[in-house]
Amino acid sequence: MANMNMIQALNSAMDIMLGRDPSVVLMGEDIGYFGGVFRTTEGLQRKYGEHRVLDTPIAEGGIVAAAIGMSINGLRPVAEIQFADYIYPGFDQIASELARIRYRSAGEFFAPVTIRTPCGGGIRGGQTHSQSPEGIFTHVSGLKVVMPSNPYDAKGLLIASIEDDDPVVFFEPKRLYNGPFDGDPTKPAVPWSTHPKGQVDVGHYTVPLGKADIVRSGGDVTVITYGTMVFVALAAAATLGLDAEIIDLRSLVPLDVDTICTSVKKTGRCVVAHEATRFSGFGAEILSIVQEECFWDLEAPIQRVAGWDTPYPHAFEWEYFPGQARVATALQTVMEAA
Amino acid sequence: MKSRSRLHLPQAPARPGEAPDFSYVQLSPAGVVRRPDINARSRDIAFLSTELVRVLDDEGTAVGPWHPHLDASDLQIGLRHMLLTRIFDDRMQRTQRAGKISFYIRSLGEEAVSVAQCMALRPADMLFPSYRNQGLQIARGIPLIDLMNQLLSNTHDMCKGRQLPVMYHSKAGHIFSISGNLATQFPQAVGWAMAAAIKGEDHLAASWIGEGSSAEADFHHALLFASVYQAPVILNVVNNQWAISTFQGYAGGEQRSFAARGPGYGIAGIRVDGNDFLAVYAVTQWAAERARTGAGPTLIELVTYRAAAHSTSDDPARYRAKDDQEHWPLGDPIQRLKQHLIALGEWSDARHQALSAELEALVVASWKEAVTFGTMSEGPRLDADLMFEDVFKEMPQHLERQRALMRAERG
Repeated sequence: MANMNMIQALNSAMDIMLGRDPSVVLMGEDIGYFGGVFRTTEGLQRKYGEHRVLDTPIAEGGIVAAAIGMSINGLRPVAEIQFADYIYPGFDQIASELARIRYRSAGEFFAPVTIRTPCGGGIRGGQTHSQSPEGIFTHVSGLKVVMPSNPYDAKGLLIASIEDDDPVVFFEPKRLYNGPFDGDPTKPAVPWSTHPKGQVDVGHYTVPLGKADIVRSGGDVTVITYGTMVFVALAAAATLGLDAEIIDLRSLVPLDVDTICTSVKKTGRCVVAHEATRFSGFGAEILSIVQEECFWDLEAPIQRVAGWDTPYPHAFEWEYFPGQARVATALQTVMEAA
Repeated sequence: MKSRSRLHLPQAPARPGEAPDFSYVQLSPAGVVRRPDINARSRDIAFLSTELVRVLDDEGTAVGPWHPHLDASDLQIGLRHMLLTRIFDDRMQRTQRAGKISFYIRSLGEEAVSVAQCMALRPADMLFPSYRNQGLQIARGIPLIDLMNQLLSNTHDMCKGRQLPVMYHSKAGHIFSISGNLATQFPQAVGWAMAAAIKGEDHLAASWIGEGSSAEADFHHALLFASVYQAPVILNVVNNQWAISTFQGYAGGEQRSFAARGPGYGIAGIRVDGNDFLAVYAVTQWAAERARTGAGPTLIELVTYRAAAHSTSDDPARYRAKDDQEHWPLGDPIQRLKQHLIALGEWSDARHQALSAELEALVVASWKEAVTFGTMSEGPRLDADLMFEDVFKEMPQHLERQRALMRAERG
């Protein structure tokens, strides 16, 4: 075990996979010589060579397409899109090609590509460095969609994603790179070294895709969340003195419906929280599933916490961000209902 | 509203009711274009992107430095593949009209592109075709019945009923799955070639798009990545003049040849008479040798003419001159190779007729067998459960549930 922040944990995952599997290659803008703008691939090109860790042109569509072609030729590419906000030029290659190659060729061809991309706000990134577009990808059949909330899971999920024979879009909440963030920007930053999930196995291990994590067990209310909002939800519930059950989905597709429903049936109350915008967001899917599966166990209408349905505004970051106050309001609402 | 403005709007050379006009097509006489060494630097051979490489002259004689000196038996194989492609297309068009298949796309007039290029490549070279490259499937020896089963979406369909007709694939034949989204395969082919180079293998990738699709960003990504990594890839733009009703001027062909996009990216660009089997073969062989020896990628513009409609859902009489094709200056690829073989004393009208009859019979027999595996309207049908397979390697819970719901729905 070693202390690692999320960047180091992701780096360790790629290091291990480059070492174990000669078909693994990394590619992306600034990831090679420089080691990535967030330093996630630091040292890997030096260690494994320029043929295994490729710097690419600034062309996300080209990066995804080339990764697909490489995967058809037996490689297992891990492509970095520098910010999730820049993924859209690659969207056609992801949604129309990557996601469907196994299906349209009846399994003869498949594309084991992992696309890593930093997402989310809270870093003063404005509307071009703060988006959470995971819901756009969960809507595409054939893609697995993952978002870790801590170093331990990040490493295990990334190794599982690279080893997976299906394409995975792997979102990295960048506000959590350096420490668990509870949504209060006025408090001093907390490093991962102070958190149990910052203790990471140095070797190979996986966290399975499709398995949620109960971050905190509780009986009053279920909070279903993922990414940055895990720690915001924990803090908000603690402040209210609620015995909340906090579920970190970790993987949005496939989705661990059993863990969600078991919990909601137990608590009878449910809040769904994500940083992404609300309208047509992934939270709506969770709400719908909970309503269908747990309706007769619900004591109160399900509440949803999300980013406002605006672009992410630079000057109003904390008014926009779904912080503890917004989560607390939702928690109080579900607790007050009869 | 003003009827004129300062905006330049490309005009098709001839619309319905107008006289065909191909004066815009820049031609070079057969045999005159120099054949550079395969190791030539792209910057020194930019002339190839504006000239037109031709081997067969008007009399059907092979002339000049690009003459590939193929054995007559290889030429006869090429003729056979082209003729089979045309007869297959013609029959499948008619089955669509008869309501047996939902859709079809012919390659009429463009047969030399796929057939000669495929023959100039090695069997393990990976092909990333467009939907008008059935000649690749035929030249690679994919059985007609496999193609027909796909067209029928029947119980032997390689795509298990998931793809529109003509979107074939063959892993064993090293032919990638065809997408209906235009040009997506172009940068994928470059990625495949990059992997071959990473692995130190000498296989190359080749891909095809139409000149209309060269407008897509994927075309530019392909050229960029091919140039940056000097990938062993051959990128082919089949300039058949028309993208449904949009003539090549709207893809930017008025100002510069499509091959000339190559030198802009530092890639060898070469313009070839796409209806000249020998020239297409020679140019592809040259590009393949470049790719295999590490001399870099090549962009080939194959100048041809889409003699048929875009697809069975299209009627070109609504947007282009009716007898356009008869005035196309580069003729018919099958007639031209036939004429050449006859001039060599290696072919005759009688042999041509006999071959046509043989291939017609092959197509008819294959079709008869294919329909026994079902059609869209009768006979055995694929199990609808297959719809839920291959979305992922292992079926997730939500798809298992939906499959159960579909079964219940069907009673």
